[in-house]
Amino acid sequence: METVLTTHFANERYRRLDTYRQYGGYEALKKAFAMDPGQIIDEVKKANLRGRGGAGFPAGVKWGFLPKDLSRPRVLVVNADEGEPGTFKDRVIMTRGPHLLIEGIVISCFALRAHACWIYIRGEFVREARIVDEAIAEAYAAGFLGRNILGSGFDLDVTVHRGAGAYICGEETSLINSLEGKRGWPRLKPPFPASVGAFGLPTIVNNVETIADIPWIVTHGGETFAALGVEKNGGTRLIGVSGAVNRPGVYELSAGVNLKDIIYHHAGGIKDGKALKAVIPGGSSTPVLRPDEIDVSYDIESMAKIGTMAGSGGVIVIPEGTCMVRALSVLMNFYAHESCGQCTPCREGTGWLKKIVGRIEAGKGREGDVELILDLCDNMMGRTICPLADAAVMPAQSFIWKFREEFDRHIGEQKCPYGNRF
Amino acid sequence: MPTLTINGMTVDVPQGTTILNAAKEVGVEIPHYCYHPKLSIAGNCRMCLVEVEKFPKLQTACSTVVTDGMVVRTDTEKVGKAVTGVLELMLIHHPIDCPICDQAGECGLQNYYMKFGLHKSRYALEDKVHKKKVQDVGGQIVLDAERCILCSRCVRFLDEVTGTRELHFFDRGDHSEISIFPGRPLENNYTGNLADICPVGALTSKDFRFRCRVWFLKAFDSICTGCSRGCNVDAHCKGDILYRLKPRWNDAVNQAWMCDFGRLTYKAMNEARLLIPFVREEGARKVAAWGSLLPDVAFRLKAAADKGGTDRVAVIASPQSSNEELYLLRRLATELLGTKNLAFTHRVAEDGFADDFLIQADKNPNSRGAQLLGIPGGAAFDALVSKIAGGGIDALLIFGNGIGALSEEETAALLAKVPFVVQAGTNEGPVSKAATAVLPSASVAERGGTFTNHAGRVQRFRFGFPARGKAKNPIEILVGLGNRLGAGWTFAGEASVFRALAETEAPFAGMSYDSIGMFGQETKCHMS
Repeated sequence: METVLTTHFANERYRRLDTYRQYGGYEALKKAFAMDPGQIIDEVKKANLRGRGGAGFPAGVKWGFLPKDLSRPRVLVVNADEGEPGTFKDRVIMTRGPHLLIEGIVISCFALRAHACWIYIRGEFVREARIVDEAIAEAYAAGFLGRNILGSGFDLDVTVHRGAGAYICGEETSLINSLEGKRGWPRLKPPFPASVGAFGLPTIVNNVETIADIPWIVTHGGETFAALGVEKNGGTRLIGVSGAVNRPGVYELSAGVNLKDIIYHHAGGIKDGKALKAVIPGGSSTPVLRPDEIDVSYDIESMAKIGTMAGSGGVIVIPEGTCMVRALSVLMNFYAHESCGQCTPCREGTGWLKKIVGRIEAGKGREGDVELILDLCDNMMGRTICPLADAAVMPAQSFIWKFREEFDRHIGEQKCPYGNRF
Repeated sequence: MPTLTINGMTVDVPQGTTILNAAKEVGVEIPHYCYHPKLSIAGNCRMCLVEVEKFPKLQTACSTVVTDGMVVRTDTEKVGKAVTGVLELMLIHHPIDCPICDQAGECGLQNYYMKFGLHKSRYALEDKVHKKKVQDVGGQIVLDAERCILCSRCVRFLDEVTGTRELHFFDRGDHSEISIFPGRPLENNYTGNLADICPVGALTSKDFRFRCRVWFLKAFDSICTGCSRGCNVDAHCKGDILYRLKPRWNDAVNQAWMCDFGRLTYKAMNEARLLIPFVREEGARKVAAWGSLLPDVAFRLKAAADKGGTDRVAVIASPQSSNEELYLLRRLATELLGTKNLAFTHRVAEDGFADDFLIQADKNPNSRGAQLLGIPGGAAFDALVSKIAGGGIDALLIFGNGIGALSEEETAALLAKVPFVVQAGTNEGPVSKAATAVLPSASVAERGGTFTNHAGRVQRFRFGFPARGKAKNPIEILVGLGNRLGAGWTFAGEASVFRALAETEAPFAGMSYDSIGMFGQETKCHMS
């Protein structure tokens, strides 16, 4: 099948500018400079490119939110804070094809009439940031960044900004605060970043993969890209499969690939011939699925129809023999640790969830604890400035709804039936 | 103007009004913690959730602007559960130490728990996160991190009002707390306001801590006497003891704030008060009775004028006196004693400190009032002091507790030149230690009247409780003296004096206590 991003990722030298250009790199940029910025945005709209960060918002529509008047400078911020547990696709782009990202940035900024771009790279990505930095230096030296790019008269500066290790800074408004040197707290909306974003300027925040798709769309046209996927979900997606599969890794597949095929065909099925117990389909915050639910197209609408999300494309495969209470406990620890502390329901609720699930797993669960979790989830869901509370609630609710008997058994027997092993 | 329907009631509100403020208009209470009218909107406490038609999720009333035709409900089961749910989460780590907490009785958590909570605790005691209690963070403030609900009002106040940014958030999740950076305590002149805006017992006043349960306190409207800004205050007393001053909102003067210096001025009304009239005979104090003392003072003032001429009698007025008192005193000096020796004493901050916010260098509430009523200060006062020092005065009537910035020794030396010194004052001080006769007067809390602030704004202060001891209202003292000097005054209380004053004094023409109202009124002519 046709691939958009990973075609040359097997070549280790693809991250270097010369090799990238041998494979036709930066040709899309030349084509873009011959186009009208509005035309590029139209192509992106036609491509049905959905934001790859997790929310799946149509990229072309988002770009359209920038104010029409050009009196204030606009900026592009690339979200490379890939922090969702189970997701590890953007790092592959940054390490294997950083120039895809940079070329995407130049074309996007040209389309958006932005002359400044920040790439916000998560703190733990030390190597990734170094590779991107090197690629940016190459691009400047070759005249793909800086003043008067390729003689087009278009100027652009790209700066790498390193995060400091907070999951919440992947949320676009806290990312902006962090970029400005402030505490990484999400902002109250409105105003939305498109009108008041980084440094008070109109700002578009896009995921690494979203931006990296742009050169291909310009080269081949939006409709060609759209045709790689399914209705409303254009192109391909990088899907990271982790957990108990024979071939874990990142796969570039059609946006409409079947989830069951991802696991059993592309990732080689369950390790050690075990049976499948559960799948977290799109990063740790997406509702868990039972084995009988995974015969479904991985596009955003189909996943929503069965009450879950394709999210950021991180498929976590859980085999039989795994304690679901323990698994949830791990997730709840994560969200309690990462809650920024701004809104009451999330600040206090994530910590409470962690403690209840933790005590159930430890064999100290109490009568009514499961109902307490569900009621607490109800008090947290949709009650906060950003979706972090929802991100903690969705796994908690779905684990209980779909594996209730395991929770009841833990409480009834006052111990973990799996012997506290993961 | 957009029209909002809230709980079935319809109201027109100005463009840009939030749901929370619109609800206030029609008497619908929406609970909130982080929202404060004088600070930016944070929207993080999540208490003000309401149902808005066509919005799938509950919305925060503090941050959602009313659009035309918006339909809001605060009385549904969904809203009720959400509010109780948020309140429960605020309380899970709270120490519930109300019995030893100064905020008890005026605490946002207590009040909303009684109104919107009343739930049983579902949180295991051993799960509580403990944070540091009793932290001296500088200024007038003690921080108890366990009681804090992290509403961020204090952080925003220090960012937006003082601009000093001492308090910040530290850590994340349920270990979040506010604190100062090590070695960087609160360093501004407005720290006391933090205890006022803190909706819970996290930031309490060092001065008020453990002094009194708030439900025993009675509040009355007053004016801060600490400087010529005239910040509007609520004075809180139990019986005849003042416990604290809190800023009373007045957008034209002090918004919702007051300075740390002004906040402590109440102490002088409790301590070292002059409570009994006395005379000094051969250096010793001898208790006197009002009934005989007032006629005696009047007689001796008159006798001095008759004997040496009116030029040998002098009056020192005080800019701590009200407009009403200064008006009567001026008439007493010029009309009844017939002297031109009248000036008001002035006191400015030793370092002349003033800022561009509230604090004024002139440490008196009514210097402008004295000027507008024709009593000179400055050079005239200095000239009068020189005259006294030169032995040119035989009888001197002093209002106030001190003369300029003179020390006790300097005051004693100066007053030794005058055979008869009578003081009407509130507190022990340089003057009471040297005066021949002392007439104890009521403090600001014990009387009513008006002050004119530095900008010419006339503001009322109200009677809080009867004068302590045998102290008398200065108006009563002035009328008593005046009538014994032949005035024939029938004034009873400050209101009657103000009516007379408004009739004859041009700057106050047309003013009345009604027109001054709660928030004061500007005088017509402005003096430079």
